[in-house]
Amino acid sequence: MTFCCVVRDVDFEIIIVDDGSPDGTQDIVKQLQQAYGDDRILLRARPKKLGLGTAYIHGLKHASGNFVVIMDADLSHHPKYLPHFIKKQIETRADIVTGTRYVKGGGVHGWTLMRKLTSRGANVLAHTLLWPGVSDMTGSFRLYKKSVLEDIISSCVSKGYVFQMEMIVRASRKGYHIEEVPITFVDRVYGSSKLGGSEIVEYLKGLVYLLFTT
Amino acid sequence: MKHIAKIMTFLVAITAVWISLLQTAMIPQSHTWLLPLYLIVSLGCYGLLMVGVGLMQFPTCPQEAVLLQQDVIEAKQFLKHNGVDVGSD
Repeated sequence: MTFCCVVRDVDFEIIIVDDGSPDGTQDIVKQLQQAYGDDRILLRARPKKLGLGTAYIHGLKHASGNFVVIMDADLSHHPKYLPHFIKKQIETRADIVTGTRYVKGGGVHGWTLMRKLTSRGANVLAHTLLWPGVSDMTGSFRLYKKSVLEDIISSCVSKGYVFQMEMIVRASRKGYHIEEVPITFVDRVYGSSKLGGSEIVEYLKGLVYLLFTT
Repeated sequence: MKHIAKIMTFLVAITAVWISLLQTAMIPQSHTWLLPLYLIVSLGCYGLLMVGVGLMQFPTCPQEAVLLQQDVIEAKQFLKHNGVDVGSD
């Protein structure tokens, strides 16, 4: 596993927040705990689906390190980029290192033309209205200083991927030092992601909310 | 300052410039009246252009999907070796 080889000399723990997935996630995590030790692999399950924001807070409560990386566990975020995040943080002393799909070296695979069009439109709109200072606002592969994450997470109330946007916009407004690294995003190999009319409405509502509150 | 306030300030500044242009009649009034329309049209053009350019230069990574599959196979073998059964789907 690439992950274990590259971060051998980094002190780490993996916290898995699982909202009762029906696919046997928890069984596999328990097996991983036996292989790697339950001080390295922490399972913090919750009985039912309670939303992304509270999942972050839940996971954060159990984090013991100085830095926290948040990533999706469905392999759309590849762990091979973790060293890039760490290197960038060490080089720049950044408070947040955020993965971006929209610069050279980054990219997306598995999106239809419609999905790309929506994504570009959403991005142009958000940049014109919010001037966030980062190129990828809705990505969720990010490294945070733990204290910074605790600070911004408490002021964020949105749901879904508007939550990602709210976190980075609030961090930017608070004057935190944000750096970017290119990442690639291979759309979910396991499970399926959705983007329909209701998501677009949620996004627009989120945009207006951020305009008035940040 | 909330972000909406910044945008409003910007809009007020532009309106002020426009009104002063109307007052001083540096350019013919019939042209000045059309300026806001031009502004909206150019804003729309800017938006469409940015979306178009973004779409044309949309970074894709088909090779990453192949690499990912290889990594998944490697990881499964590695995990099996370490006594973790992640299924065979």
